[in-house]
Amino acid sequence: MFTTTLSHTRYAFDDLKAVMAAASPDRSGDRLAGVAAGSAAERVAARYVLADLPLATFLSELVIPYEADEVSRLIIDGHDAAAFAPIAHMTVGAWRDWLLSEAADARALAALAPGVTPEMAAAVCKLMRNQDLVAVARKCRVVTGFRNTIGLEGRLSVRLQPNHPTDSPAGIAASILDGLLYGCGDAVIGINPASDNVDSTVQLLRLVDELRLTHSIPTQSCVLTHITNALAAIEAGAPLDLIFQSVAGSEAANRSFGIDLALLKEGQEAALSLGRHTVGRNVTYFETGQGSALSADAAFGVDQQTLEARAYAVARRFDPLLVNSVVGFIGPEYLFDGKQILRAGLEDHFCGKLLGLPMGLDICYTNHAEADQDDMDTLLSMATLAGVSFIMGVPGGDDIMLHYQSTSFHDAAYARALMGLRPAPEFERWLIELGIFDGEGRLSPAALTGESRRLLDHATALL
Amino acid sequence: MSRPPVRTDVWARLRQATDARIGLGRSGEALPTRPMLDLQYAHALARDAVHTPLAVEAVAGALATLPTIVVESLAGGAYLTRPDLGRRLALGDSDRLKPSDADLALVLGDGLSAGAVAESGPVLVRALIGRLPGWTPAPIVIARQARVALGDEIGGRLGVQVVVMLIGERPGLSAPASLGAYITWNPAVGRLDSERNCVSNIRPGGLSIDEAAGRIAWLVDAARRLRLTGVGLKEAYPSDETIRLEVRPSG
Repeated sequence: MFTTTLSHTRYAFDDLKAVMAAASPDRSGDRLAGVAAGSAAERVAARYVLADLPLATFLSELVIPYEADEVSRLIIDGHDAAAFAPIAHMTVGAWRDWLLSEAADARALAALAPGVTPEMAAAVCKLMRNQDLVAVARKCRVVTGFRNTIGLEGRLSVRLQPNHPTDSPAGIAASILDGLLYGCGDAVIGINPASDNVDSTVQLLRLVDELRLTHSIPTQSCVLTHITNALAAIEAGAPLDLIFQSVAGSEAANRSFGIDLALLKEGQEAALSLGRHTVGRNVTYFETGQGSALSADAAFGVDQQTLEARAYAVARRFDPLLVNSVVGFIGPEYLFDGKQILRAGLEDHFCGKLLGLPMGLDICYTNHAEADQDDMDTLLSMATLAGVSFIMGVPGGDDIMLHYQSTSFHDAAYARALMGLRPAPEFERWLIELGIFDGEGRLSPAALTGESRRLLDHATALL
Repeated sequence: MSRPPVRTDVWARLRQATDARIGLGRSGEALPTRPMLDLQYAHALARDAVHTPLAVEAVAGALATLPTIVVESLAGGAYLTRPDLGRRLALGDSDRLKPSDADLALVLGDGLSAGAVAESGPVLVRALIGRLPGWTPAPIVIARQARVALGDEIGGRLGVQVVVMLIGERPGLSAPASLGAYITWNPAVGRLDSERNCVSNIRPGGLSIDEAAGRIAWLVDAARRLRLTGVGLKEAYPSDETIRLEVRPSG
């Protein structure tokens, strides 16, 4: 039982997860779960309680029991006590103050990351304003690599997302081509397949790999299919770079996705064994999103932001190249409007970075959410300021297969120009060689010639 | 600046390969005015599709001689934020559904696109009945503020073997009026999503009425044969037909 008294009113919370849930900024998914604060005052009361809570509490009191959940066991068994030592004496509130201070620089935050548990990150997140989430996240530096280097200072990478409702090779190639000409695709060329089976996974992997090899594009590809399909595709000899999987913050939610930690380990080892990576050994790509555990009926009274942070513990275990919170995709029953999506996007990025993950955001919305491009512009601008590792690039922002709106190739160019950010260095050199970028990290105004013209021919040859 | 005009013909050809918004040109880094407004217009149509109420009388009228029952979920005005309430019948409506000798329930639910139901619902219902001669359908249920699982309670109340929920799907910019069909054996409150089969993307330009009716009817007949729907039935489906046959979360 946790209690506090404000203006002669006593507020009581049954357990740690109740404090966490009540302290979370308002969102529809926590209301749907029945765990949200009952009043605005109760929400702030929970934050006072949280602020005075020692960080060590999170190592002894778990929001989902150790015995019942392998994600809880992963969090506790994998905790690095030595890394945690510098903040072991702090309360959550004191830790917030420290994170915002000059003492918490890039080096200190990187050293601390293995000592931070998801619940600690989620707790301090609930005490942070949006500007705090930006200010701290931008100090974190997480660098990963496969065929290029993601997350360096002054860089912003883009996942090129060339989806097509029937997996048409020509249609997908046309979208890839368009994205490359805007400097997108350095995070990954990642296709969500319409037909989620092994055959189409193999075909799509071959399509992208041939394009990559023909034009010497220093990037990696991925077909976002279930890990079991990816393993079967490897067996079939497909040119697979990254293992993809959606992950969530409870064992039961992961089981509803048809996965567990052992299967993820098998996938990571299989991808590593192919030896297709050159500059780094990060061979996994994970996607997450607040509300996924509740929608799988596996939330156990834990608020959705805390569960989301727990999903990052799963991702962290497998040294990912990319982790992507698909923040607005799940719909208004979890994140109702632009304000809630903005908040959740900044929370997810902050928690991911604090835990040491190469965190990107699918800045997006569905047509039944109270949100539009203006809301995405706001989140995109703030995420860029916060140093987001990568964003999506979808033609015109309109995904014609998944039926939602994300950031466009143009949005990516805007974000890079806004802050003078450049693509991954290996990829940038390729863009300059082709005349797509000038030497100043901007899109070149000149018409296409030579090699870049051959890119066009490659796509038209598939028609 | 815009892309040089010399490449226009190439982009016109590439655009034939996809409805994706490619080759749009740029103004600085931003979208030029026309494609920016095009996206806003498509979004506006999808938004209107979500918020347009189901034209119940028109749908019942289009079903002509077929008897209908109109029901509503518990969601009231909270449809978008309370999917749990959209899965249960409003008080009073549940008592109006009674078991009979019918063994099949066909439900038209507004879901997230009432326009899709109005456009494709009645004609799909007629096509289905024509393809299911071995079945005795209950009166067609027209359900407002419906989620997929509302069909479980409807089917359970009607005492049928199979319920087919035809429901407006989450609208996309290129498909604001698309129907999904969810087929559930032995419907009752509490069925899991893994216990139903889905045929999606039923719309002009997507899966045709005829094709959809064929697939749904196959699933309904197979459900009776195997006495189940869901994952177990998915595995029994002819392999060349798997593309649009899914078991998936239904909201």
